[in-house]
Amino acid sequence: MGARGETWLWLLQRATAVVLAFAVLVHLATLIYAVRHGLSAAAILARTEGNVAWLGFYLLFATAAALHAGVGLRTVLREMTPWRGAAADLLVLLLAALVAAAGWRAAFGLFA
Amino acid sequence: MSWRSRNHPNYWAFALHRLSGLLLALFLPLHFWALGTAIEGEARLAGFLRWSDEPLVKLAEVGLVVLLAAHLAGGLRLLAIEFLGWRRWQKTAVALSAGASFAVGLAFLLSVF
Amino acid sequence: MTGTLRVSVWRGAAAGRLVEYEVPAQESQTVLDVVSHIQRHLDPTLSYRFACRVGMCGSCAMSVNGVPRWTCRTHVRRVARDGRLELRPLANLPVIKDLAVEMGEFFAKWTRAGGAFVPAPGLGPDFARVAPDAPARQAASAGIECIGCGVCYAACDVVRWNEEFLGPAALNRAWTLLNDVRDGAGAARLGAVAGDAGCHACHSQQSCALHCPKHLDPTAAIAGLKRATAMAALRGAL
Repeated sequence: MGARGETWLWLLQRATAVVLAFAVLVHLATLIYAVRHGLSAAAILARTEGNVAWLGFYLLFATAAALHAGVGLRTVLREMTPWRGAAADLLVLLLAALVAAAGWRAAFGLFA
Repeated sequence: MSWRSRNHPNYWAFALHRLSGLLLALFLPLHFWALGTAIEGEARLAGFLRWSDEPLVKLAEVGLVVLLAAHLAGGLRLLAIEFLGWRRWQKTAVALSAGASFAVGLAFLLSVF
Repeated sequence: MTGTLRVSVWRGAAAGRLVEYEVPAQESQTVLDVVSHIQRHLDPTLSYRFACRVGMCGSCAMSVNGVPRWTCRTHVRRVARDGRLELRPLANLPVIKDLAVEMGEFFAKWTRAGGAFVPAPGLGPDFARVAPDAPARQAASAGIECIGCGVCYAACDVVRWNEEFLGPAALNRAWTLLNDVRDGAGAARLGAVAGDAGCHACHSQQSCALHCPKHLDPTAAIAGLKRATAMAALRGAL
């Protein structure tokens, strides 16, 4: 990957970071709220089932997290292991896609 | 390799950001997978939540919440350095990040137990 | 200060060992004084570099008790631990012999980062007028006192992890030129400093800024480059 590609990856990492900054705040707040009010399957599903806003939030959250983790993991691999180059990039991309898919599956599970 | 030249707040902040990021990246697929599977029925989700009531699991959850809060706070600090050039604030920013993550962890800890 | 300093000095090249010397402690003694004492009185085969002895030339940097420092202006009393000093060649650079490192790659990276001034077309024969309080002038001024000693380069983890990384000093130089209104190579320089070998590899650990003997802040310069290159990428101009 050339200098331009690396620059775009850096930008992607910062853009997803900004999305995640808000999403994680919401997530932490929801988490603490839910736990304080007695964590139950019924309560979680009552909040999320059929709610398009929560679905959209979780889809965006999961996608941003998968991309952010992918770029970050790629950097750590390149700096701290011998794995670098196109093959390693493809592997990380595949991992990020799988994580995103798992996240979407969970988000749709909460929705439907 | 000398630790003495690296023993300063901004380096600790880097190390914590990397460690928390790595652990969160490993946890993320597990989290999504377990949630996606558990959610297939209210009964399965309830079973999963019962498992998460075990003290050890709860403690691990507190750890994850602290990691998430620390990575968030450390990330905001990085964005400030890179985009705002907030350099005189740095030691304060490191302290604030640590404090915020600790507070969130404590709030969660007091909530689950 | 009186008594004896026990000084361990790296001898050899990449393979080598620490050799201990006893050096008389003196008032107002610098680490460079200690090294010179060893070379003049104890072992004339010791290799090290220095020139100006007053913090201008940037040639005497070494690792002192694990921290990269300019030795000519580092007082022993500030850095000795229980009367002991451990002197090694700067990290992240190939060792030639003893305390002398090969600086060739360090300076080659300045060239690769577009570290040479390129006059803007139409600059004319007259002096360029640059307002002292202009933001670009201030940004350049913050970084131009670099003496090229290599301390930041030796302190940086990213240099250690990524051999292509241009390093704090070269990127700081590029940032000062980017803010020089007389320079005409800005666009090419942005291309040279972007990406994994350049500014975007930096993790803002800031050991460079902490250890810089001139109190420069390469991390701030690199953050400036990150913003400038990202903006160029967004405009499609990178």
